[in-house]
Amino acid sequence: MASTIKISAKLASDVADVKSLIKHPMETGSRIDPDTGNTIPSNHITQLIFTNNGKQVMVANFSTAVSRNPFFGFSFEGAKAGDTLRLTWVDNNGATDELETQLV
Amino acid sequence: MVDGARNMQFTRRMMMQGGVALAALAILPRTLLAAAWPKETFAATTASQALKAALGTDVITPSDRIDLKVPEIAENGAVVPVSIKTSLENVESISIVVKNNPRPMAASFEIPPGTLPKIASRIKMGETSDVMAVIKTSNGVYSTASQVKVTIGGCGG
Repeated sequence: MASTIKISAKLASDVADVKSLIKHPMETGSRIDPDTGNTIPSNHITQLIFTNNGKQVMVANFSTAVSRNPFFGFSFEGAKAGDTLRLTWVDNNGATDELETQLV
Repeated sequence: MVDGARNMQFTRRMMMQGGVALAALAILPRTLLAAAWPKETFAATTASQALKAALGTDVITPSDRIDLKVPEIAENGAVVPVSIKTSLENVESISIVVKNNPRPMAASFEIPPGTLPKIASRIKMGETSDVMAVIKTSNGVYSTASQVKVTIGGCGG
């Protein structure tokens, strides 16, 4: 299955600048389906966890108020080329995906 | 003497069970050992309740050392870009609070040592509202806010 995650990680000295884009509907649970008239159940990412070489460098807690196909950017120090950056997300229905990339 | 032996068996069993539990924890992927998703914080219906649930207080010091970038006018309330950075030291977390959203706490970010205190994200806003950037440091809780005018609300309800 194709990944839902795109990551761009740029190194400047020992700072990694990370931008991530995740494909996810982020349904609030209050939207009404225009065809059926039924409420679309909530379906949203709850947490993003980033690790670099296994060490946590960011945890993002999302509500339903984060936009569809969430974009998220952050930066951390102590990074070097060859490090393994991993992003894992989990949603309120237990779905999950993760992606690893090497810092260059 | 008999009592002593029984005590030792009890202790050994407890240690073995504890050992198995510890071993099971060690097998869990490191990435899943994050703090639990703060359910109450995200269910809160006022900014004050959300802040108390998240940070233990709604008493916050305004700070001019927080740089909050949001658009003045958001044509589409479903996608409002927010970026926050701060020169405050020892930052532990950054939170985005949208006062007039049905559930004001939009997102919160845990900043471990070594991670820069800055984030960029995109949020939904239901209507024109103040957007607050709330920064928790080891010295206290600070914030700044900007109003975003929303022409078409983005909560879809």
